[in-house]
Amino acid sequence: MSLPTQILPAHHRHCDDLFVAAEEFAQRGDWAAAAPAFTRFNDQMKAHFEAEESLLFPAFEAATGMSAGPTQMMRHEHEQMRSLLSQLEAACAARDGEAYAGVAETLLMLMQQHNMKEENILYPMCDQALGAEAERVAAKMGALLEPGHA
Amino acid sequence: MQPTLSFEQAPPISVPYRFFLTAPLFGAVAGLILAWLGPAALESRWSPGALAMTHLIVVDFMLQAMCGSLLQFVAVVAGANIWRPRLVAAVVHPLITAGAVFLATAFLLEQQVLFLLAALVFATALGLFLTVMATALLRTPARSSSIYVLRLAVLGLLVTVVLGVTLASTLGLRESLQSVWSLLALINVHVAWGLGGWALMLVIGVSYLVVPMFQLTPAYPVWLTRLVPAGLFLLLCLWSLQLLPGMDAAQAWQSGVLLAGMLLAGLYAVATLWLQSRRRRRQADVTLNFWRGAMLALLGLAVSWLVFVALPQLGSHPRAPLWLGVLALPGVFLSVIMGMLYKIMPFLNWLHLQRQGGTVMTQPNMKQMIPERAMRGQMRLHFAALVLLLAAVVWPALALPAGLAFSASCLWLEWNLIGAARLYARFRDRIRAAARAAASART
Repeated sequence: MSLPTQILPAHHRHCDDLFVAAEEFAQRGDWAAAAPAFTRFNDQMKAHFEAEESLLFPAFEAATGMSAGPTQMMRHEHEQMRSLLSQLEAACAARDGEAYAGVAETLLMLMQQHNMKEENILYPMCDQALGAEAERVAAKMGALLEPGHA
Repeated sequence: MQPTLSFEQAPPISVPYRFFLTAPLFGAVAGLILAWLGPAALESRWSPGALAMTHLIVVDFMLQAMCGSLLQFVAVVAGANIWRPRLVAAVVHPLITAGAVFLATAFLLEQQVLFLLAALVFATALGLFLTVMATALLRTPARSSSIYVLRLAVLGLLVTVVLGVTLASTLGLRESLQSVWSLLALINVHVAWGLGGWALMLVIGVSYLVVPMFQLTPAYPVWLTRLVPAGLFLLLCLWSLQLLPGMDAAQAWQSGVLLAGMLLAGLYAVATLWLQSRRRRRQADVTLNFWRGAMLALLGLAVSWLVFVALPQLGSHPRAPLWLGVLALPGVFLSVIMGMLYKIMPFLNWLHLQRQGGTVMTQPNMKQMIPERAMRGQMRLHFAALVLLLAAVVWPALALPAGLAFSASCLWLEWNLIGAARLYARFRDRIRAAARAAASART
């Protein structure tokens, strides 16, 4: 069994890998390969948001009574990332390498500082606040995500 | 008080930007001083011109940029906003700007009263900055190897400031502290804490986060993240023992401490270059190239020091410390700062435009904030200026072109940063106008 602090950071790394793969194809102008690579990246990002928003955050909010704090900010950043992902999707469809590169750079920065806050602060707080329930929540989230590497 | 956990994304944009937009100007002034004074400024590290240029760069360029970034950075890594960021910036920023100008003028014109004024201004400004920063870093519930390195860096700044204020007061009062401390020992310890305990420690703490983050490199090995800062801190404490009575003459152990410090710095530089060579994101952007240049300069610094020890006739030359100083200041620290500014400003522009309500209209992405060609051109000029500065240490006749090239590179940086700030202002105004138009259309 694992905890949120174990499975979610590993999945962040997995999403990083998928990001790089799609970005490289787009940079080379190999759109036939970029499209499916982007789709896989996009799907995993959305699955990650879904796992956190439908399972982890509600459990954390219920356990701590904090619903306007960190989880609200994380949801807000998920929204910002969803919007950038849809811009990437459009750039991919239009085969616009320049737009893809610019939006990808922006998404990467937002994603990395978001992950940093989650990994250094929020996930450890979740492990602690959820207590015995942490493993159960982690297992449910794990079912939604492609396995990451540790 | 309970540790506060605020996930605000950032303090107001004016807080870091006021620091960022003044910093390069003083690099340009330092370059002009070198061009103006010519070879005389490069006679030794003790020449008035060298002391003035050094303090313009370390305080008005480096400290300025580092304070601005730290106010921003702590909010992200520690998840805690600092106390009244706007007020702190409004006090600290003008005071350290003025303090460094006083100090540089005091060195150039040998004006005692300006040393005292500088001491007073720095004590006030940095006293406030350190209090606010230490509070935020000590209260945070965040866990990461960076947090504890940042705490050490803030402690390093405290020691540097205390010693610097003591030195400036001594020079201002012409009151010799020889009976208590030798002036040279005091300067040695001040320089070591300023460059090693504050500036390098901060670069190390920040690099643990941003090196893996920007280019998706592997993380620094855990043993290294502990060994380098802890070792550096321990060595600085040992180095400070020369302040004790009777300890200042012991040359052998001091060389040993310095040797260990240089090896540690070299190890860190090699580790960073190695991680960067294993990055998963292959494209090499300007920020990555600035970092690589900085790490090569750090490695060059360690190797030069070893050569100076091995060849004492070279190492005892009065210009040998200037060679090390050029590698450290423009070479290591300014390169890192320039590379970071080119990443931070485009991202903050984007983040704050989002906050303004960026959903009303499409806004530029990060790569549209500063033209790539302008950043690359400025980077090439910076590294060319660095080579010229090193050459001028060997052949002081080159002081004029070296000073002008360095000055031009700083002005180009300033131009690029102003362009980013103006682009922000333009889009912010458009977003506000669009929001007003939408509101009046509804009524």
